[in-house]
Amino acid sequence: MSEAAMFYVFAAVAAGGAVGCVIAVSIVRMALCLLATLGAVALLYFLLGADFLGAIQLIVYAGGTLVVIVFGIMLTSQGSAARFLPRRGEVVAGLLVSAGLLAGLTAIMLRTEWPQAGAASEASVLHLGSRLLSTYLVPFELASVVLLAVMVGAAYLARPLAGRRTGSGHEG
Amino acid sequence: MSTPDSCDRRVFQAEDRATRAVRGFTLLGAIFVLVCAILAFGATRVSGVAGLLAGLLAAGAGGLAGASLLIALAVRFREPLGRLLARVAFPIFMVAVVATVFFAWVPALLYEEVDRLAGSVSTASGEPRQMPLGVAEIRSYLLGSCGVGSAWVATLVASLLWLLQFGLVRDLITVTGIVVFVSLVAMFGIWWERKVAGRIQSRLGPMRVGGWHGWAQSLADGLKLLQKEDIFLSGADRPLFYLAPYVAFVPALSLFSVLPFSAAWVCRDLEIGLIFILALLALGVLGVLLAGWSSNNKWSLLGSMREACQMISYEIPLGFSLLVPVMSVGSLRLTTLGEVQANGFTSWVAFASPFTLAAAVIFFIGTLASCKRAPFDLPEAESELVAGYHTEYSGFRWALFFFAEYAEMFAVGALATILFFGAWYSPLPAAWGAAWERGPIWQRALHGILFSGPLWLIGKSLFFVYLQMWLRWTLPRVRLDQVMFACVQVLLPLALMVLAGNSFWQLWVLPQSGLARLANLVCAVLGALVLVAMLAIIVYARVNRRRLVGSLVVEHLPGA
Amino acid sequence: MLSIGLVHYLTLSTLLLCCGLYVMTIKRNAIGILIGAELVINAAAVNFVVFSRYGAGSADGQVAALFVIVLAAAEAAMAIAIFVNYYRVLATIDADAGDMLKG
Repeated sequence: MSEAAMFYVFAAVAAGGAVGCVIAVSIVRMALCLLATLGAVALLYFLLGADFLGAIQLIVYAGGTLVVIVFGIMLTSQGSAARFLPRRGEVVAGLLVSAGLLAGLTAIMLRTEWPQAGAASEASVLHLGSRLLSTYLVPFELASVVLLAVMVGAAYLARPLAGRRTGSGHEG
Repeated sequence: MSTPDSCDRRVFQAEDRATRAVRGFTLLGAIFVLVCAILAFGATRVSGVAGLLAGLLAAGAGGLAGASLLIALAVRFREPLGRLLARVAFPIFMVAVVATVFFAWVPALLYEEVDRLAGSVSTASGEPRQMPLGVAEIRSYLLGSCGVGSAWVATLVASLLWLLQFGLVRDLITVTGIVVFVSLVAMFGIWWERKVAGRIQSRLGPMRVGGWHGWAQSLADGLKLLQKEDIFLSGADRPLFYLAPYVAFVPALSLFSVLPFSAAWVCRDLEIGLIFILALLALGVLGVLLAGWSSNNKWSLLGSMREACQMISYEIPLGFSLLVPVMSVGSLRLTTLGEVQANGFTSWVAFASPFTLAAAVIFFIGTLASCKRAPFDLPEAESELVAGYHTEYSGFRWALFFFAEYAEMFAVGALATILFFGAWYSPLPAAWGAAWERGPIWQRALHGILFSGPLWLIGKSLFFVYLQMWLRWTLPRVRLDQVMFACVQVLLPLALMVLAGNSFWQLWVLPQSGLARLANLVCAVLGALVLVAMLAIIVYARVNRRRLVGSLVVEHLPGA
Repeated sequence: MLSIGLVHYLTLSTLLLCCGLYVMTIKRNAIGILIGAELVINAAAVNFVVFSRYGAGSADGQVAALFVIVLAAAEAAMAIAIFVNYYRVLATIDADAGDMLKG
């Protein structure tokens, strides 16, 4: 009973955040609504018994990715020049596509015969860690290579351009 | 301007007010005594609910009568009382601290009593009885087996004990306790910071408000902040502006719900407690970013961007240094991480190997950066950015930022204690006092003071808070690129080497082998030496304070 | 309504997916497009966890969601680096302004 109540509250916050992202005009409001969605999804992970995943979602997604996004917003979208309104044709096309997808997916989902839920299995940190190092070892190592590539690429892309003397201690 | 006449008149008015206050409170006390007598007389005559109500009101009136008479006495004898208080203020303060902790112990004792009651009632009726018990059952048990005298006392106590059976009520009490504790820690921290800053700068700090060393300065500041004007910024993003202090404050407060103050004094003992604390510390940074952005002020924006850079730099060495004790102990649960260190000074995780000692140091430096304390206090650099990200905040919203900062300081001090420096255990091995854990109340209290208890955790965390304050007022601030260099190019390789070294140590050095014990002993001796050296410096400086250069102001100013 | 099952969670993730898709279509601010992509990725991660909990019963979905989070963080960092460069070159963050290869 209380699980149902908590699910509805968290799902309402997540959906509210998503809808807020849709209707917000200012980019910072969008980032705030994304924060609400990410936080609510982390709480849903806690509700589903995925404790470790919920904490990692909060640390990496809300506390890392969102900080990087807000940082990017501060560097690029200051002032009122950053309020872009979409054109009407785009709005109609977007609405058609996403509403159509929503309707189609919901219809399929409601008509499917879902199998009965089995017992929730062991999902402790120890279990996850041993899975990562045994069954999922190759994706684990590949993910680390991908992260290395991303770090090198981002550092190279964001370097000071040639001929621009910014000096040391240049702060954003 | 105060001419001699107006000065005399003011003194006369103060005296007049005092005598009027004494007369008024004495009269009030007399009235309350009369009311109490009438109600008590009525309570003995009337029975049932009306009698109970009359008895309660009589008790209340009696309490108010006593309070009014005490106030009258205090105002009448205020001068000798003031002198007496100034002399015994410090012992009273220490007794108040210890008394608060014991007062916090009372609910736990009551819970035990209630649980024992539930167990005994079910066996007495012969059939397994499910919780919760009804009020009448508890009342009858109290009247029967416990030998409680009058009926209405039993009803009162039974209703209280009935309430304490429910998890929700226990959680509410715990959360209230946590909120009160965090507020007290923040207020005490602000006052202490100003005293420490003053002493380091050869001055005394707050001395006037409340008499003894300005102990009520935080209260006065809090009242002042509450009644300040709520400034509305034009051009600022209002919802974000109002939301930002809460996004900064709520994670700092929530992390106390996972922090264990002792093996049994924890609100929710999560299996992933350590990661949860890391997550909440990361969320607090977002409040800073929102505050800086929404203030429509370039200094605030600079402050919050500096905080974003700093967070990205310190987060990884902090995480790596946290992995080291987790690796040594093998669990993320904070109570497990604490209980491993029960066997005295040498079993503390910081002294288990040279790598854990290095990890403790890296963790401490990382938490300095996390709490935005000097030398990493660029986001709120007072000499450069007006006030950094909280420039535009006034009144209670600013107070929320500061509450968050001091709450976080205490929380990371508590985390350092739990992970590395013995958690809630004293330097004596807990095995020596194991017999006292189940004895009568006074034995358990003594066990809590000598061997293991929340007082030890709070004391050690306050020591780390003091260390943070000491470093803030000693070291200069560093530039942002120096911060990033220090965190990414010095601390991060160091943390990686410590992590690799500790994994080799775990794998190849057997736990009870000669090398492990030697390293343990050496690190423990090193830690003890550092502590003794700090204490020796403090004692030497206190004893020789008149002689040392820089300790120029050692007495009160005349008239203070 | 009172016992939460697979369908409830799937409705939520479908809603998140479609909102994210709409945001990716509509917004002209490049970082807005990124935020839409993050919503879509979150919906997929929720799906992974929910199917592992209510369907298979093992923890494989959580491992998959872990990888999803890691890769999403990497993608966001990369995207911000690209947008910072874009802003440097074009002095605006409007995605529609990058039409130098048109026609």
